[in-house]
Amino acid sequence: MRKPLRPLIVGAGPAGIRAAEALADAGIRPILVDEASLGGGQIYRQRLVPDERTPQDLYGSEARKATALHATLSRLADRIDYLPQALVWNIRRDVADVAVGGRTRPIRFSHLILATGATDRVLPLPGWTMPGVFTLGGAQISLKSQGCSIGERAVFLGSGPLLYLVAWQYMKAGARIAAVLDTAPLAAKFHLLRGLPLQPGIVLRGFRYAAELMARGVQVRFGVEPVRIEGGSRVTGLVWRERGRERHVACDAVGYGLALRSETQLADLAGCRFVFDERDRAWRPDHDKAGRSGTPGIYLAGDGARIAGADAAELAGERAALALLEDAGFPVDGAHVDRLERRLAAIHRFRTILERAFPFPRDWADRLADNVVLCRCEEVSVGQVRAAAQDLGVTELNRLKALTRVGMGRCQGRMCGSAAAEILASASGGSPEAVGRLRAQAPIKPLPLDIVSEGEAA
Amino acid sequence: MSPLLAKDVAIIGGGLVGSSAALALRRMGMSVVLLDKGFCGAQASGVNYGGVRRQGRPPEQIPLSQRAHTIWPRLKEIIGIDGEFLRSGHLKLARTEADMASLEAYAARVAALGLGLELMGHNTLRERFPWIADDVVGASLCPGDGHANPRLVSAAFAHAARKAGAQVLEHTPVTHVEKTADHFRLLAGAETEIKARFVINSAGAWAGTFAERFGEPVPLSRIYPSMIVTEPLAPVMSVNIGAEGGGIYARQVERGNCIVGGVRGEPLDDPDFSRPTGSGAIAIMNRAAALFPPLRNACAIRFWSGTEGEMADRNPVIGFSRTTPGLLHAFGFSGAGFQIAPGVGEVLAELVRDGDSSTPLQAFSIDRFARTNQGSGAGVVTEPPKRETSA
Amino acid sequence: MAILRRLARRDLPEIPFRLNGVACTGRSGDTVLTAILTQTDRLRLSDFSQTPRAGFCQMGACQDCWVLAADGRRLRACSTPLEPGMDLFTAMEPTS
Repeated sequence: MRKPLRPLIVGAGPAGIRAAEALADAGIRPILVDEASLGGGQIYRQRLVPDERTPQDLYGSEARKATALHATLSRLADRIDYLPQALVWNIRRDVADVAVGGRTRPIRFSHLILATGATDRVLPLPGWTMPGVFTLGGAQISLKSQGCSIGERAVFLGSGPLLYLVAWQYMKAGARIAAVLDTAPLAAKFHLLRGLPLQPGIVLRGFRYAAELMARGVQVRFGVEPVRIEGGSRVTGLVWRERGRERHVACDAVGYGLALRSETQLADLAGCRFVFDERDRAWRPDHDKAGRSGTPGIYLAGDGARIAGADAAELAGERAALALLEDAGFPVDGAHVDRLERRLAAIHRFRTILERAFPFPRDWADRLADNVVLCRCEEVSVGQVRAAAQDLGVTELNRLKALTRVGMGRCQGRMCGSAAAEILASASGGSPEAVGRLRAQAPIKPLPLDIVSEGEAA
Repeated sequence: MSPLLAKDVAIIGGGLVGSSAALALRRMGMSVVLLDKGFCGAQASGVNYGGVRRQGRPPEQIPLSQRAHTIWPRLKEIIGIDGEFLRSGHLKLARTEADMASLEAYAARVAALGLGLELMGHNTLRERFPWIADDVVGASLCPGDGHANPRLVSAAFAHAARKAGAQVLEHTPVTHVEKTADHFRLLAGAETEIKARFVINSAGAWAGTFAERFGEPVPLSRIYPSMIVTEPLAPVMSVNIGAEGGGIYARQVERGNCIVGGVRGEPLDDPDFSRPTGSGAIAIMNRAAALFPPLRNACAIRFWSGTEGEMADRNPVIGFSRTTPGLLHAFGFSGAGFQIAPGVGEVLAELVRDGDSSTPLQAFSIDRFARTNQGSGAGVVTEPPKRETSA
Repeated sequence: MAILRRLARRDLPEIPFRLNGVACTGRSGDTVLTAILTQTDRLRLSDFSQTPRAGFCQMGACQDCWVLAADGRRLRACSTPLEPGMDLFTAMEPTS
């Protein structure tokens, strides 16, 4: 006897769209909620209005995948309940609080698929709050969705495949790039050769991006230790250290990021168990290879469950939907499921190699001076965190938040949580795992006080 | 090798009551171990509204409240930080004529107790506090009251107690306590054994178990007052706001955020923890937007709730056990413990040292429940009146 | 001086709006963030040190791009499409 299925999918990126498709194909009508007005998530983010650029201009080698995904969502329109521009700001058991415009209402669900995606993972550096400094993802959105470069002369800094992709996209779009500064040593890139058999396209493209940037005369540096972003009310340059020597480049914008971090607030509010992922050096919601969370009825897929990229997100979205169907007693193609899981496993193996090629800069946090802003929202400094560890014996992140206000601001620790963990761990002699993780609190994003409460829809 | 601690006093519960008692006892030269199942001050003491007010308390609480009143301005000297205490005044609003009559009656009842209440009608209210909506009938102001930051204050008392030589054991729940011929024996955490002459049960919402352990069950239930906080705003609220009849309390901190409470949350699967309901949070947000028009466009950025012990008659239990010499109780503050807690700490220390206190405590005797025949067995009895008042 | 530089969408229809009391134009398809940062070099001042901020993540996560509309509403600039006639301010709300 099957209970009525009313799955809620949060996030209309690659994972959410494929999950919705798999459920719709099985005759289920899910609710698909997304904050943006158009689907695609971040990597396949759509323009608000058409313009002169082609999908190739926007998505490069992934253009076919992007347009296919967007088309899938359009085709699903009358088979799902798609709620764009909707923020799920709270979730509990079988009810989600969803705000659209100035109104909020509860939406009941029988099952939940969280496909909430990711944002850039950053560490602070002197000058990082200045106008003209964006994350790598932010720089990419500026170009892709808005057709704008983040400046006349941008520096791209950090690590990971996104660094080279964004810089290359800027170059192709005609922007001037002052430098590409990779915090990972050049030698680490040799790990990528081991990735060739697993994801040859990605590895070769990465090498090509770097080569074309260099051929265009962009300076690409490795083993970079960023020192500071210069400027007053806006960026004027960047200073870094390389092989012991300090170097400088003039620029008016910086795009930087070290990796991605999963958006996990709803998983936390929904009661999912979290585990510390050594590979990504971050807490994430626990799930099996099918995307089951451990809490009956809750599934996780895509970068919001674990960072693995857009291809994995599409596979994981479909796999999670199939797991939901399996668990609800529907017949599912076992061979197809096995194929999905094998492909996902291969991508995860590749991600491990990527992490070796672009290792997280573990010594960055310790090099930060006390006066560097750690929490952008509350303007709490690195030194204040160190003092709390030293003077008040703080060893745990939520305690740190209570006593120093780190993570109490509007972004709820999205931008500073990672750094706070690194600095607190270092200052208290613990590990990033031991200091714990910031507990999510509703509303996961700000809501106006006069928001109108509506009753449940049918 | 299990540590055996021998102390004059063992305090179960490191919230504001337990921590301030620990500090006061150390100042008297007694040896103290302060135990908490988590971080000190992480429960109700750390997540309450932060109101530091005497106004609105029943007359029997006023002497204790007045005693605490002298401590708040001296926090810097006592615990090293001022805890963001602001003597903003406490303004209790009357939304109806009946509310106003209640405020007037209360002011008359406590006239001799030194609160300095000022009653005002609609016109004065509009003149002095134009940021409050026009449909409020009147108010009662207690100029000497104010608010502070509970997260900082509670933790700081525990920290000060530690610096003064108290042994503070966090993440060390007390698993067993018994009275032998001449002392108490406690087991806590993995392997800690404590021998103490006195035990203070300041275990907040969890105190009922310990009271029952010594044969004096009480009608203690759990409530989950919840709060919303806004983004930082330009200064609007010049005073700590309450309302006759409950339903809303609000204050603005120096950094500009406004904190608003007045609804209750719900327990999580683990009933030691709670969270606001979505609908409750929206309700209090809307109430704030309506009552404080300049705030209506502000955004709420966070909700939280805490686990608080409430007594059936909404007065705490403070004083000696009626069954066991050397055992003292101090719990059940029913959402109104923050302001008086530092005073309670001093009083507990006096009780330990002298067997008595200069502050009258009869109204808080644990005796009162045995007399009225309530509270057999599990210690959870009648539903208290549904009225959300602030700490 | 503007932060962002248009590389594309330069020929799309103009959208008039006001910024700090001055008439400006953006382009169809602009977010409020793009419209403002192609005019000037800040979106807001930080709450405590009053230092200029111009967004960071552009994906609705960092909450550093809130701007003020004339009617007192707050808009998250990176996720709000520019509409004709918007009346925007790059400062904290006025003291009431």
